[in-house]
Amino acid sequence: MSNSDGLFYEKVNDAFPESIIEVVDFRGERTLVVEQAYLKDICLFLRDEEDLVCNFLEDIVADDMLPEFPRFAVNYHIYSIPKNHHIRLRVPVDDPDDGPDSVGTVWPVAYWLEMEVWDLMGITFKGNDKLRRLFLPEDWQGHPLRKDYPLGYEEVQFSFNWQAIDAKKPYAKD
Amino acid sequence: MTVGMNLGMPGGDNIQELSVEELRAKYGSGLEIQSEENMLLSMGPQHPSTHGVLRLLLELDGETVVNLAPDIGFLHTGIEKNMESKTYTQALVMTDRMDYLAPMSNNFGYILAVEKLLGVEVTPRAEVIRVILGELTRILSHLVWLGTSALDVAAQSVFLYCFREREYILDIYEMVAGQRMMASYFRPGGLWRDVPEEFVPAIRNFLDFFPSRIDDYEALLKENPIFHKRTKGVGVISAEDAISMGLTGPSLRGSGVNWDIRKSIPYSGYENYDFEVPLGTEGDVYSRYLCRMKEMRQSLGIIKQALDRLPDGPVQIDDRKIVPPPRSELGRSMEAVIHHFKLWTEGFKAPKGYVFQRVESPKGEFACYLRGNDTSKPARVHFRTPSYVNLASLPIMAKGLFVADLVAIIGSIDIVLGEIDR
Repeated sequence: MSNSDGLFYEKVNDAFPESIIEVVDFRGERTLVVEQAYLKDICLFLRDEEDLVCNFLEDIVADDMLPEFPRFAVNYHIYSIPKNHHIRLRVPVDDPDDGPDSVGTVWPVAYWLEMEVWDLMGITFKGNDKLRRLFLPEDWQGHPLRKDYPLGYEEVQFSFNWQAIDAKKPYAKD
Repeated sequence: MTVGMNLGMPGGDNIQELSVEELRAKYGSGLEIQSEENMLLSMGPQHPSTHGVLRLLLELDGETVVNLAPDIGFLHTGIEKNMESKTYTQALVMTDRMDYLAPMSNNFGYILAVEKLLGVEVTPRAEVIRVILGELTRILSHLVWLGTSALDVAAQSVFLYCFREREYILDIYEMVAGQRMMASYFRPGGLWRDVPEEFVPAIRNFLDFFPSRIDDYEALLKENPIFHKRTKGVGVISAEDAISMGLTGPSLRGSGVNWDIRKSIPYSGYENYDFEVPLGTEGDVYSRYLCRMKEMRQSLGIIKQALDRLPDGPVQIDDRKIVPPPRSELGRSMEAVIHHFKLWTEGFKAPKGYVFQRVESPKGEFACYLRGNDTSKPARVHFRTPSYVNLASLPIMAKGLFVADLVAIIGSIDIVLGEIDR
């Protein structure tokens, strides 16, 4: 556990008293679960506050908690190079089409990381108009990392069912 | 819900019917075009200097890069999704295949995350062997970087020298794990098995001859006027930009930012080793080159210290719920048979909760986010791969330079596409 865990909680709680839903400590890592509406302000605060100086956004990870409610959660792993301390902000997201604010204006790399989250998990970020298909083809439908994404197993073609499956295959036949 | 790709024309449209604007909006990879008079050029995905299957959409004014947008995903294999249907031990083999030039670094990050989630500590001997192999992997990856990035700036002879030494490290891989590249040697709770007897002499031999080989590479490049012209002042990124764009590893330290996870958030006993973090000053391609060359020497120092203190003892923890029993016990112990059966059919269960484990991979910060849910399969695995995030700063470095310089810059940020797309 880093020594600044208490400091993070104190500072954020003082500045945004309503924002923290829960504080989770697990295996020496502290997570502040915060309200979606406060996320961007907290991020700006973490970056600009003298004692925190969180100038480095390590990663944005989206998590699908199905069947829990709220279903999605977005984790922001935030680090401070000068102070050498880190914190995780976790934002529960109920409706993926009404996602959290983009933090691209706080840390420009967020635009790039949010793109991956949208592509694979389908969570939108308000204010990021650069969201596009990154890993998947432009016309792909659905977001594969969601738990309800069908994996599309195909029946295996053996000699006894060769004809039946071959008839459905989409390639040019003579 | 419809998923998957439409068969037939992309997006269901007829490409010939789309206007140029529509085509650019759909397939232009988000490139914001500055002027209609400039030329658009698609570089890659099949291009030797993109180090894999990276496609860059360039907007060129003559030969000057005005703007560029990376287009990735050609190597996407859905590793994160696949892991959700594998046990923790089975999922390990997929980590090798992300950064295939530094497989053990990926194992390291994933295994440490699993162990953090389980709350176990490995034995001192396993910890030290992991550090030795982790640092060997750093040299392994830097050798490929050195060879290929020198090839990009037309210094062809370096390449074969680098691959000669790389072969030696791959032989050590084979010696410990039986595999030349995809080792999967680190296992939850320790290592697959103890290292063989010839391991320590082989590493000592490597420590003896390798410093002079680094001198050889430097003799070829360091004072070479052509290399200077191709690399000095090219691809400059300031420290502020580098931090805000999430650049990590030697690419960040080339800009003079002193940040190395081995120092600031030590793992696997790195706090007990004495080493320096090489820093650059200019933030250009040449600075990043110097950083990596010095890093190789530092890695040798770490390996030497680790060998000197290599303790005896087991390499696996004594917990039969995580580590399978040795073969010799199976013949005489009923519990051993049960544990063996349970571990290889079902695997071990990890508690509810999420962890984030960072390691310093050769290319930068490699981190693994892992969420367990009381079953033997991870509920969510995510990798923060350095190549993916480092690629975001490519447009900043390359703007206003020639296409030939762009090639040098791609080489200098050391990307591996298997890790970007994963």
